[in-house]
Amino acid sequence: MNKLPIIIKREYLAKVRNKSFVIMTFLSPILMVGMVVLIAYLTKINDNQKRIIGVFNESDYFSNDFNTTESTSYVLFKDVSLQAAKDSTAHMGYYGLLHIPYEDELEKVAEHSYFYTKETPSSSVLEQLEHVFQARLRERRLQDMGVSSSEFAQMDKKYEINTETFEGEQNLKGVNEIKAIIGGGFGYLIMMFIIIYGGFVMRSVIEEKTSRIIEVIISSVKPFQLMMGKIIGTSLAGITQFAIWIVSATLLLFVAFAIFDIDPTTLNNGAEVTGGMAGNMMPSVPTPNQTIQAYAQELFKIPWAMLICFFVVYFILGYLIYSSIYAAIGAAVDNETDTQQFIFPIILPLMLAIYVGFFSVFSNPHGPIAVGFSLFPLTSPIVMLMRLPGGIGEGGVPVWELVVSILLLIVTFLGIVWFAAKIYRVGILMYGKKPTYKELFKWIKY
Amino acid sequence: MDNILVTKEVTKLYGKHLALNKVSLEIPKNSIYGLLGPNGAGKTTLIRIINQITYPDKGEVYFDGEPLKPKHISMIGYLPEERGLYKGMKVGEQALYLAQLKGLSKVEAKKRLMYWFERLDIGDWWNKKVQELSKGMAQKIQFIVTILHEPKLLIFDEPFSGFDPINANIIKDEILNLKEKGTSIIFSTHRMESVEELCEYIALIHQSEKILDGKLSDIKKAYKNNIFRVGLQAENVDLLLTEISDKFNISKVGIDPLENQLDFTIQIPANDSGEILAFFAKRSNINQFTEIIPSANEIFIQTIQDKDANE
Repeated sequence: MNKLPIIIKREYLAKVRNKSFVIMTFLSPILMVGMVVLIAYLTKINDNQKRIIGVFNESDYFSNDFNTTESTSYVLFKDVSLQAAKDSTAHMGYYGLLHIPYEDELEKVAEHSYFYTKETPSSSVLEQLEHVFQARLRERRLQDMGVSSSEFAQMDKKYEINTETFEGEQNLKGVNEIKAIIGGGFGYLIMMFIIIYGGFVMRSVIEEKTSRIIEVIISSVKPFQLMMGKIIGTSLAGITQFAIWIVSATLLLFVAFAIFDIDPTTLNNGAEVTGGMAGNMMPSVPTPNQTIQAYAQELFKIPWAMLICFFVVYFILGYLIYSSIYAAIGAAVDNETDTQQFIFPIILPLMLAIYVGFFSVFSNPHGPIAVGFSLFPLTSPIVMLMRLPGGIGEGGVPVWELVVSILLLIVTFLGIVWFAAKIYRVGILMYGKKPTYKELFKWIKY
Repeated sequence: MDNILVTKEVTKLYGKHLALNKVSLEIPKNSIYGLLGPNGAGKTTLIRIINQITYPDKGEVYFDGEPLKPKHISMIGYLPEERGLYKGMKVGEQALYLAQLKGLSKVEAKKRLMYWFERLDIGDWWNKKVQELSKGMAQKIQFIVTILHEPKLLIFDEPFSGFDPINANIIKDEILNLKEKGTSIIFSTHRMESVEELCEYIALIHQSEKILDGKLSDIKKAYKNNIFRVGLQAENVDLLLTEISDKFNISKVGIDPLENQLDFTIQIPANDSGEILAFFAKRSNINQFTEIIPSANEIFIQTIQDKDANE
C-alpha cells in the first residue's frame, strides 16, 4: 500500500484546520480589499479638495493666464494695497497670494513676483505657477527672435516615432513593459508562494523534530516519502488558500465598489477596453482611442494558454526545489531561531530574480542578463516567466533557451531533492546540535 | 529457524566515529531479549538499523531467516525512547494515521484501536487533543500504536519511562501477554530490575562492541564464584567464629550475641560444599546457606569495569 497519499492527506488537513491558517485565509482578502477601498476613497477626497489662490496682478501681463482648473481656482485682487491683499488672503483662508508687480519689461516682472503663503507651499502648486511664467517668458523671447505664437504652437507639437516589426506589424511603445509586468506578476506569485509555503514546510519539519514524533513515523515510512508528502500536502493547502483568496477578493471588490460607488476605471485607466477591435488600423497617427485598442489587441495576442502552461511547469519545479531546501533546513536545526543563517542564502536568489526581472527584463527582455538569469535554475522560474509573454520563437524567447532552461531546472530539481533528502534523513534524528555548513556537508556521506 | 533476528558483524560509521563495531547477535523467537549498555554505546544505532531507519556500512541483518528488506517494516513495531505525538492533533485521528502508516486499512485500524482503548481504559480520549494529555497518558497511546499492527518483532526502548508504578505494571503485563502470544521482543533499558524480571536473554553493548550475550541464567551461572551466605546459631559464637576464620576465608561478618547468631560470607572451592556443611553442622544449627548469584546490575557494572580496566 502506498503511504504517500496518507501523508499528503494528513499534512493537508493539519495545515487547513490550523486556526491561524483559517484566520489568515479569511482575513487577508478583507484587509486587502479594505486597503484598496481606502486608497481609492482617499484619492477621491484628495482630488475634491480645491485650492484657492489669490492673484494681485499690477502688471500688464498675465491677464488671461490664471484660469481655474480642476484642483485650483484663482481669485483676482484689484486696486488694493499689497498689505490689504495679503490680509484678505489670510482672512479668507486662501492657500496663498501671488503678487505680480508693475514693471516695464516681462523679465523684470517675473523677477520681482512673489508668492506669499502661510506655510511652505507644496511643490505642485509652485510648479503650476512657474509653468505659467516660463511659458510667457519663452513666448516673449521667441517673439523677440521673430517667431509668431501660431508658429510656436506648430513647433511645440509632440512627436512620437512610429515603430513596426519586419513582418509589418505595428509595434507599440511600452508593450514590452506591459508584457513583462504580466510575466512579473506570475513570477512574483511564485516567489511569494515559495517564501510563505516553504516556511510552512520548514516549521512543520521542526515541529515533528521537537515533538519527537519523527522517530515513530520514520520507522514506518521512508524519510523521503515523509518529506515529499509534507511538501505536496502543504502546497495543496497553499493552492487552496490562493484559490479562496482570488475568488473572495474578486467578490469583495465588486461588493465594495458597489457600496462605495467607486468607478473601478479610476484605478486602472483604460484597461477596461475589451470588445470591438478596429479591424484595419492606420499605422500613421493613431488617435488615443485607437492606441488603447491597439494595446488591448496586443494583450489579447499574448499567448495566455502557453503562458499558463509554462507557469504551472516553472511553478511546480521551482516550488519543489525551494521547499525541499526548506525541509532540509528544518531538519538540520532544532528550533526556528537557528534557521536564520540558512534562510538568507535561499531568499537571495529569489530577490535577485525579482530585481533583475524588474530592472533588466523590462527594458530588454532578450538581453544577455535576462537570458542568463532565465537559464540559471534558481532564478529561471521567475525571470523566464517575465520573458515568456513575448511569445516563443521569432520575436520571443528562442526555443533552445526554453528547452535548456527547463532541462537545467529538472536536473537541478533532481540534484537538490536528492541532496535535501540526505540532509533531511540525517538531520531529523539529530537533536541538540546547531549544525554548521561543514557538518551538513558531512551528513551527505552518512 | 529459531531466531527472529540475526545480525552478522554489523558495522556502522558516522563520519570518523565508529558507532557499531562488528556486532553479531542472535535473537531467539518468542523471547524477551534485553539489549543493555551505557549511554552512547550504540544501542540506538543498532535499533535504527533493525528498523531500516539507517543502514549498516558492513555486515548483514536477517529477519526470520531472510535478509532484512523494506517489506519487513510492517512486521516490526518500534517504541523509541525519544517519542512524541503531534500536539495539535486529536488522539483518535493520530492513532489512525500512525496505524495506517504501518499498513493497516482504516477500518481494521479503527476496530483494533477501539479494542485497545477499551482494554487500557482510555476509551473516552478519542476526541481529546494530545496537548491535553499527561505524559503517561501519551505514553499509553504510543504503546498501543506500536503494537497495533501485531508485529512479529517488537522493540521497546525504555518502555516504562514516564509511567507511574501502577501503569508501568499494566504495560509490563501487556508485554508479557504479547510474549505469550508468540511475539519476540527486544527490550532496551537501563532499569536492571525490569531486565531481571522480564528478559530471558541479554546482550551487553559497550563502546560500539558487543561484550557479552546469551541466556541470562547461563550468564549468571558463569558469573557466580561459589560464594555463599551462611547463617549459624551456636552457644558460643565468639569461639565458633575464631574456629571458622582459622580454617576458612570469610568476610562480611555479623554477630548477634543475644540471639547467638553468626552471619558471614564464605568463598568455597567448587563442588566442595558437603564437607563444609558437615563442619558447620557439627558445631551449630545452620539456618542459612545460600549461594550468592550476581544480579544483572552487578554483572552489567562488573563487565564494563573489567572491559575498561583492560584497555
